[in-house]
Amino acid sequence: MPAPRPLRDIAVVAFAQTDHRRTSDELSEVEMLMPVLHQVLAQTGMRTSDIGFTCSGSTDYLAGRAFSFTMALDGVGAWPPISESHVEMDGAWALYEAWTKLLTGDADTALVYAYGKSSPGSVRDVLTRQLDPYYVAPLWPDSVALAALQAQALIDAGDTDEPALAAVATRSRAAAAGNSHAQLRGSVPRGEYAVYPLRTGDCPPIGDGAAAVILAAGERARELCERPAWIRGIDHRIEAHGLGVRDLTDSPSTRLAAEHAGVFERPVDTAELHAPFTSQEVVLRKALRLDEGPDGGVEVNPSGGALAANPIMAAGLIRIGEAADRIRRGESDRALAHATSGPCLQQNLVAVLEGDPR
Amino acid sequence: MPEVLKAPLVVEFPFTRSLGPVQSAFLTGLRERVVLGVRTADGRTLVPPVEYDPVTSRELSELVEVAATGTVTTWAWNHEPRRGQPLDRPFAWVLVRLDGADTALLHALDVPGGPDSVHTGLRVRVRWAGERSGAITDIACFEPYEPATDETFAPGGHDGRFEDLVTGIVAPARLDYTYSPGRAQTAYIQALAERRVVGERCPSCRKVYVPPRGACPTCGVATAERVEVGPRGTVTTYCIVNIKAKNLDIEVPYVYAHIALDGADLALHGRIAGIPYDQVRMGLRVEPVWSDEGGHPDHYRPTGEPDADYETYKELV
Repeated sequence: MPAPRPLRDIAVVAFAQTDHRRTSDELSEVEMLMPVLHQVLAQTGMRTSDIGFTCSGSTDYLAGRAFSFTMALDGVGAWPPISESHVEMDGAWALYEAWTKLLTGDADTALVYAYGKSSPGSVRDVLTRQLDPYYVAPLWPDSVALAALQAQALIDAGDTDEPALAAVATRSRAAAAGNSHAQLRGSVPRGEYAVYPLRTGDCPPIGDGAAAVILAAGERARELCERPAWIRGIDHRIEAHGLGVRDLTDSPSTRLAAEHAGVFERPVDTAELHAPFTSQEVVLRKALRLDEGPDGGVEVNPSGGALAANPIMAAGLIRIGEAADRIRRGESDRALAHATSGPCLQQNLVAVLEGDPR
Repeated sequence: MPEVLKAPLVVEFPFTRSLGPVQSAFLTGLRERVVLGVRTADGRTLVPPVEYDPVTSRELSELVEVAATGTVTTWAWNHEPRRGQPLDRPFAWVLVRLDGADTALLHALDVPGGPDSVHTGLRVRVRWAGERSGAITDIACFEPYEPATDETFAPGGHDGRFEDLVTGIVAPARLDYTYSPGRAQTAYIQALAERRVVGERCPSCRKVYVPPRGACPTCGVATAERVEVGPRGTVTTYCIVNIKAKNLDIEVPYVYAHIALDGADLALHGRIAGIPYDQVRMGLRVEPVWSDEGGHPDHYRPTGEPDADYETYKELV
């Protein structure tokens, strides 16, 4: 059964991201964020007061401060009060909320932004705090360790091996050579083992960054953008939370989200995957059937993906923004964007973006 | 630009969590060296057990004992253990499917032979912690198991009922940060060290924000023009504090006030002293009394000027 067409045509009409860097000590969150907010507004000619709904994604655990997102709101001119929301998730989920808001007809435009400064703390330890607090978090298994368990399961299953993982890293960072925002570009050594079987080269860079997207509905989108990237479908699904309940070599939640988003109805030409670890790209390619096309014609992560820049909380939104930019520039007609959250691809969001026929 | 300020920031607190009936039985079992699973309607045994079936979301309650031995289903070699992890020497992270279970449990595997002696399919057994309290860490770790020579670890058929159930856990958490306040707040803090209060003016609406956060919350643009405000100001509103704060050496009652420093378009807050608490009023003119320890003023005291007219500060209340 084909996925139903959304109730309203909603498109990404603008996207901007910071240069992603290991540290940004000289900037507070709002100082880091503001330039990208101004860039997306400038791309559309809108002012903050023209925006119908604002939604953001970030996490207090990176900042180490409660309600840290409220400070960032200064950057969007939130006073007097605007229609606004926040998710303690990657900005891709903030975009999902904004998309549903636009579907209701309550707003015609939405500003979505996300930011993460990983530099103040230790990301590997911070991410342990999102795990099951009864059985898992007390053991402090860090994010690289959990990804390594998944990688070993893939190797045991014959789905990949260390050279294949290294090739994923090499291809991603070579693609990122053309992405001036990326943190790791060009030739990056495989490195020592971080947690066997993953080497440092299999892991994403740790860095600070922000991104923003503007959504618009119907004719408003055509006014604001020459070639809007229409969201033909978007859905997100989650795995069982017990790691030992899951088959770590597969991602049924990604596949289900993709079905609901209509991915499999027609081939896509581009896929921006949020795979922070090389091994996770193997899982996603399988779940999304990206290698099954007649000529394998899907271009995967032309931006370099999360292996080139992984600002936590923004990296998923950036996948949607990168896919939309390809459409806006005329380099893609139908693109898939994916975002993930949690350990070992726990939760997955899939969107299909299309340009108007040329 | 002056050097950006940095300071260590430690966030540390114990999470106190109550347990559901299945979790309670499982963790009590660990205290008693019994590993329990929970049975689903389709006959699977989940270890660690959960309160609801992950597939059907049906409530689960049938507890069954499984063995303290099992098989590694995947593993990863951790050559540099991190704070809080089960072992302080190199170890393997493992998912272990215990004998009698259909799902796997995450834990550490202590294996003196190093990564070369670990593989998926390895037989392992629980090594119990010496002191057990009813927590996942009652399993100290797993260790390799030689079925031919070791004692047996067959399940004892425990029904999951215990006297003195564990009903909650306390899970300490600590994260270490290096906090940096960014450009605007760095300049503000550095000026305080010179006993000056410096805000920033919005280039669009011209309002002066103190303390500056780098952006105008109305216009959404960067504020960059530094403006020294005060030192004198006006009490815009206040309250009388009658509760003594922990670790605070101030006698109650005292007055805490919003103070609009001259030239600022946002009131900041501070303590008022040098005047009986019941004589503080809106419009009172005050000035800072700086502490020898640096930082913000210790408190504000009356200047002796006539009170400000309400019209001059009503927008800042």
